[in-house]
Amino acid sequence: MELTLWTYEGPPHVGAMRIAASMKGVHYVLHAPQGDTYADLLFTMIERRGKRPPVTYTTFQARDLGGDTAELVKRHIREAVERFKPDALLVGESCTAELIQDQPGALAGGMGFDLPIVSLELPAYSKKENWGASETLYQLVRGLLKNHGAAAEGHDPTRWKEAGRRPRVNLIGPSLLGFRCRDDVIEISRLLASHGIDVNTVVPLEATVADIMRLPEADLNVCLYAEIAESCCSWMERQFGIPFTRTMPIGVGATADFLAETHNLLGMEAPDAREGEQSSKLPWYSASVDSTYLTGKRVFIFGDGSHVLAAARIANEELGFQVVGIGTYSREMARPVRAAAKALGLEALISDDYLAVEAAMAEAVPELVLGTQMERHSAKRLGIPCAVISTPMHVQDVPARFSPQMGWEGANVIFDSWVHPLMMGLEEHLIGMFRHDFEFVDGHQSHLGHLGGLQSAQVEEAPAAIADSATQTEGSAEGSAVAVATASLEWTVDGEAELKKIPFFVRGKVRRNTEAFAKEKGLIRIDSETLYDAKAHYSA
Amino acid sequence: MSGPTLLKESGPREVFCGLTSIVWLHRRMPDAFFLVVGSRTCAHLIQSAAGVMIFAEPRFGTAILNERDLAGLADAQEELDRVSKELLQRRPEIRTLFLVGSCPSEVIKLDLARAAERLSDELRGRVRVVNYSGSGIETTFTQGEDGALAALVPFLPSSDERQLLLVGTLADPVEDRLIHLFNKLDINKIKSLPPRQSTDLPSVGPGTTVLLTQPYLTTTARLLKDRGARVLTAPFPLGAEGSRRWMETAARDFEVNQTQIDSVLTPLMERAQIALAPHREVLKGKRIFLLPESQLELPLARFLHRECGMELVEVGTPYLNRDQMAEELALLPEGTPVMEGQHVELQLDRVRKSQPDLVVCGMGLANPLEAEGIATKWSIELVFSPIHGIDQAGELAELFSRPLRRHQLLAH
Repeated sequence: MELTLWTYEGPPHVGAMRIAASMKGVHYVLHAPQGDTYADLLFTMIERRGKRPPVTYTTFQARDLGGDTAELVKRHIREAVERFKPDALLVGESCTAELIQDQPGALAGGMGFDLPIVSLELPAYSKKENWGASETLYQLVRGLLKNHGAAAEGHDPTRWKEAGRRPRVNLIGPSLLGFRCRDDVIEISRLLASHGIDVNTVVPLEATVADIMRLPEADLNVCLYAEIAESCCSWMERQFGIPFTRTMPIGVGATADFLAETHNLLGMEAPDAREGEQSSKLPWYSASVDSTYLTGKRVFIFGDGSHVLAAARIANEELGFQVVGIGTYSREMARPVRAAAKALGLEALISDDYLAVEAAMAEAVPELVLGTQMERHSAKRLGIPCAVISTPMHVQDVPARFSPQMGWEGANVIFDSWVHPLMMGLEEHLIGMFRHDFEFVDGHQSHLGHLGGLQSAQVEEAPAAIADSATQTEGSAEGSAVAVATASLEWTVDGEAELKKIPFFVRGKVRRNTEAFAKEKGLIRIDSETLYDAKAHYSA
Repeated sequence: MSGPTLLKESGPREVFCGLTSIVWLHRRMPDAFFLVVGSRTCAHLIQSAAGVMIFAEPRFGTAILNERDLAGLADAQEELDRVSKELLQRRPEIRTLFLVGSCPSEVIKLDLARAAERLSDELRGRVRVVNYSGSGIETTFTQGEDGALAALVPFLPSSDERQLLLVGTLADPVEDRLIHLFNKLDINKIKSLPPRQSTDLPSVGPGTTVLLTQPYLTTTARLLKDRGARVLTAPFPLGAEGSRRWMETAARDFEVNQTQIDSVLTPLMERAQIALAPHREVLKGKRIFLLPESQLELPLARFLHRECGMELVEVGTPYLNRDQMAEELALLPEGTPVMEGQHVELQLDRVRKSQPDLVVCGMGLANPLEAEGIATKWSIELVFSPIHGIDQAGELAELFSRPLRRHQLLAH
């Protein structure tokens, strides 16, 4: 048993739902009790979908367990096929049904339907949502294409030249409840088109069964989201010899690399390396003097594997930040994230315990957090600005406006959405600084509401529940992220006064450093001199 | 028999399971923790139903079963001890720990009662550990609260004292208001289950009169009866009329004379009419279809028909307890289709065919129906909003008039 207060990923059958709901003409019969129907709201509320996900739940009850649950499964399959007339049927079970072993996939296979049926076995007690989505996409594509005639030896990704047509690629991986997938597809299709590359088909988002059947017609597969697409792309490489791209085109450098990789695999001439500078505003905005203050900003990054890797590269190479913490909740992506961390001189945090992530965040004392919606909340408690870069999805991650992460426009979006919270953080400082000027209008509102500036940013839920967490120790009254035991240390009035003059967003760090310094020197009292001594010590 | 037409259907259902009620129970008792023993699905369900995100460390969690537990490699009872202690160490302020059974824990027949008893013994004087099932193979949505309260009944101290016991979670301000009104009726000894602090359990005994604030507390009511309490049957306190009759039923039981009842409640009723009037303007003659979910459907239908002038196309209910609902059923118009159980596809066919002006449904169905041009009201909002009592009748009506007003606004 594992104590879980909150989970980044749902169970694997929710991943399967993401694939089914992304597509057209696919229906999913899920052997599951009634409570599991909650998953519909992920699509109808979070994604604001105007359609129910194409899922029939068998909603078996305790009283059914004594009888013939297999018959109940068959009845629901029959009704679903008659009512929805799908082009392909997915059949699987959720955690509870897995225990009663009705094998709904085998049952469906024996019912004599004239349509492709894919039986999903998604171990609910060891796997999670992204794995479930990946496995479902792989099983579906494999199930539909395994008898396809194309042979691995015959594929040549440069064949478009002799065929006298433009090269064409598949975009694999975008799905509902994936981060900005809808807009990434538009942006990447546009980008490829500008290089004379056509999109053969996009899978699974908005794909039909006929689209899946056309997958082997492409010269190349573009693996957009490794978590979901890689196993499917690998299978197509083995089965049909179709190579696939590995670079996720998020950020100016990665987009350029992606274009180079695509051109290379397709046998095209390498694209102009300066395209990024010309097409995205990020390089110039980052170089402009206004951005000088971004230099060395301490940033903590957490999320799914692929978005974290992309964010680390942008932070490090394109914005001149200092990455001070990096981690992921995707165990499947632990290896590359560990490698990226190592290259940055860090140790990666691989965890799905959000409290451990919050503790690591507090420990790293970042000035900006790039994380999921949960890190946004943790950062808010700690008084640190945050931008969201990854799932799990929240209604705010489905903006009305065009807001991709990928490609040149994605880099623009990222510049704005990361730098804006930092600016707001600076504004908080200014509000605090001018609070005592007589011109300052009392009640000036910051973006944190009336509690802005030097006041507590902790506005959400009564802290009574957080007995020993970092948030309470400092009361975050100084927007500080630190909670170091100070039992044996005492700050003099003059020391505290000096500390107060330091901008709130670095004050926590200064306090912590000074106390560490004092302990090291065996001091008990910290006055303004100690503070300056510590300052000199640490900058030396 | 006259009255509503009682119907039944079965098939795929679209309802929450009993675990969902943890969402409001944990807020009611800030010194209690709800530990679901289940799967990642359970954890994901509660956090999704709780709405979006958690702002602080929550007072609910899930002990997620893994393959070792299922294969019997780990001793489930030992694992429960370990996880519970880990949790209580983290949260020393917790006084009551609810071990909540789920679909998987029920299917593998994990004995939570044994675990609760053992842990309670071990932690005696510090933490009380109780158990109940919120599993979706046995319970629907609000029934989880019934299970949680029923689990507390054996721990209520005995007392012969004459008292009124309000049973069912109410919003704190609503509860305060109702108690204030009962005081005006000279009913002064009033307790609540669940209490605001889990350690502050009310007493029960032959002098206790139980008034249910919610219609889904069948098991709890039966157990309280077994403890000697008298459980009143009344319409539920939704809407002015229902709330008045609910209060009157209690007042009569405490032998309050009619003059005093009228002097306290009649002015409230008059004020409620004023509050209801603008909403009645919007709702009158409009047709409403209630899908089954919260078990509040019958009292709501009665209120919406009798006080707001709405036409009832169909009233769904996940299950029907005819005894407890007798007063509500009696107030529904002749021939109203009351549908127990669900076949969600057939029911949606009937929704589309009847083209109602408003549908009460779960969050999974609301946007799809809106996209078809049908106004909706989420049932989950009804269990979170302060809607009980005569004074809240206007607010309750507003929850239904708002979607209609919005449709009108956006149409122009």
